[in-house]
Amino acid sequence: MMDWSPIFISMKTASVSILITFFVGLIVAWGIVKMKNDTIKIVLDGIFTLPIVLPPTVVGFFLLYIFGVRGPIGSFFIDFFAFKIAFSWPATVIAAVVMSFPLMYRSSRGAFEQVDSNLLDAGRTLGMSEWKIFWKILFANALPGIISGGILAYARGLGEFGATAMLAGNIADQTRTLPMAVYSEVAAGNMGDAFNYVIFIVIIAFIAIFIMDFVSLRKEKQWK
Amino acid sequence: MDKSLKVNIQKKLKEFDLKVDFELKRGCLGILGPSGCGKSMTLKSVAGIVNPDKGIISLKTNEETTYFDSDNKINLKPQKRNVGYLFQNYALFPNMTVEENVACGLSKGSDEKRVSEMIRRFHLEGLEKRYPRQLSGGQQQRVALARILAYGPDVILLDEPFSAMDAFLKEQLRLELVRMLDDFDGFSILVTHDRDEVFQFCDDLIILDKGKVIAQGPTHEVFENPGKVQVARLTGCKNISRVEIIDDYHVKSIDWGVEFEVSEKISSGITHIGIRAHDFSAAGKDEVNVFGTNDSSKLEKPFEWEITLANGLWWKVDKKIHEHDFVIPEYLKVDPENIILLEE
Repeated sequence: MMDWSPIFISMKTASVSILITFFVGLIVAWGIVKMKNDTIKIVLDGIFTLPIVLPPTVVGFFLLYIFGVRGPIGSFFIDFFAFKIAFSWPATVIAAVVMSFPLMYRSSRGAFEQVDSNLLDAGRTLGMSEWKIFWKILFANALPGIISGGILAYARGLGEFGATAMLAGNIADQTRTLPMAVYSEVAAGNMGDAFNYVIFIVIIAFIAIFIMDFVSLRKEKQWK
Repeated sequence: MDKSLKVNIQKKLKEFDLKVDFELKRGCLGILGPSGCGKSMTLKSVAGIVNPDKGIISLKTNEETTYFDSDNKINLKPQKRNVGYLFQNYALFPNMTVEENVACGLSKGSDEKRVSEMIRRFHLEGLEKRYPRQLSGGQQQRVALARILAYGPDVILLDEPFSAMDAFLKEQLRLELVRMLDDFDGFSILVTHDRDEVFQFCDDLIILDKGKVIAQGPTHEVFENPGKVQVARLTGCKNISRVEIIDDYHVKSIDWGVEFEVSEKISSGITHIGIRAHDFSAAGKDEVNVFGTNDSSKLEKPFEWEITLANGLWWKVDKKIHEHDFVIPEYLKVDPENIILLEE
């Protein structure tokens, strides 16, 4: 009998983490695009991009350092909320957010930078509020790039393994996500169960990429 | 109360300091200058898209509005300036239809009537649901103008509106723009490097070079009496030469090796003379300001002959389209009053 819990845990983790990654990534990208000081910009860009260049276990190491029982945030949560972050379900979300963030951030930044700055200035001289300019002009025109960033980030979060293993562990029914389950089943010699999980991941990943291409193609066609 | 738009600003730029000071009391002001002279920067400062370092920008209509005042730390946001800016590429929002573009400056539901009125006035009926990329260049310009005028601006700023167009479209759109601006009773400023455009559109003219105003006044006067070498060049004077002053009414041109008599008394600051390419005519050997035309070459254009003399002078003669022969006269002359005295 196949254990369905990794599928539910993974879907839950990926969905919650993409919500966080999407909006935080968007706002951070906008902040970086507007930033005038080039030195700070380069340093921040480096920090935000680092998680995709570093080995996931190294990112996991840092996360454990921060969110672990003795880490600054980890100990804070224990003292004030009596909640241990490390090796809990929220830890899978933290790992997925941190690992998928660079994809969202870089895609939306690139998409924002492609939008003609005259459009924003035109909006300003026409009396549109900065909020309206952000959503109706910048966001709307960068949408194809933003969507592909979001979907790549979603897929990355769904497939997160290394950092999750370090911070959240591999506890059945709690932190065992799909990639973890594949690893565990193979390690236990259950190739059949592993195969089922693998099929599931491949299908989700394929659907995600299909949606991405479909949406961005349709948007571009509409304007042309 | 008199209407006016006062601009007196300074801004440090990478290559030079921008320093412009003018007051606009009527119609359309042209700012003419080579690319990178600071003219777009001036326009953007008026719109509030860039901030000058120092100075004042204020508009007086029925009431007085200060856009910018560095001494009193006033810097109105572009949203509050009520200024329409026509961008070089029109900056239409590609994700919005014609209708949505025209309506985007209006507060929600302020009135749909205004949008449909603009659509009608700018002959955009039937195109309401199209996206900007589905429109021709001329239609795009009309949408951009409709969008600006729907917003009811006090000032319209035109940033090189025709520079990226082919000659045929350019002429058509110029005519359209002239007609549209005639109906507009606020101020407008046109920035361009094309002298024909300022001549056509603007009552008053400023010439900018490396951030400095080098000529200022009613357009016709600036064209007729450029005064400075750079102004003469920008207003389209083809022939400019350094000179040696011989006496009060005679100069010797160093570049062309010809002596000229002039009609105006030469003051000591004069270093150059200019002759417009159309101001030559055939002459007898013994007239005033005459020179020979040996070894000159001619170039045929549809409505003009362009003759280059051996000494470097340019002469342009109007012709009919079906004429293909032209004999260069042996001698040419320039009337003394057509010699423009210039200072460096």
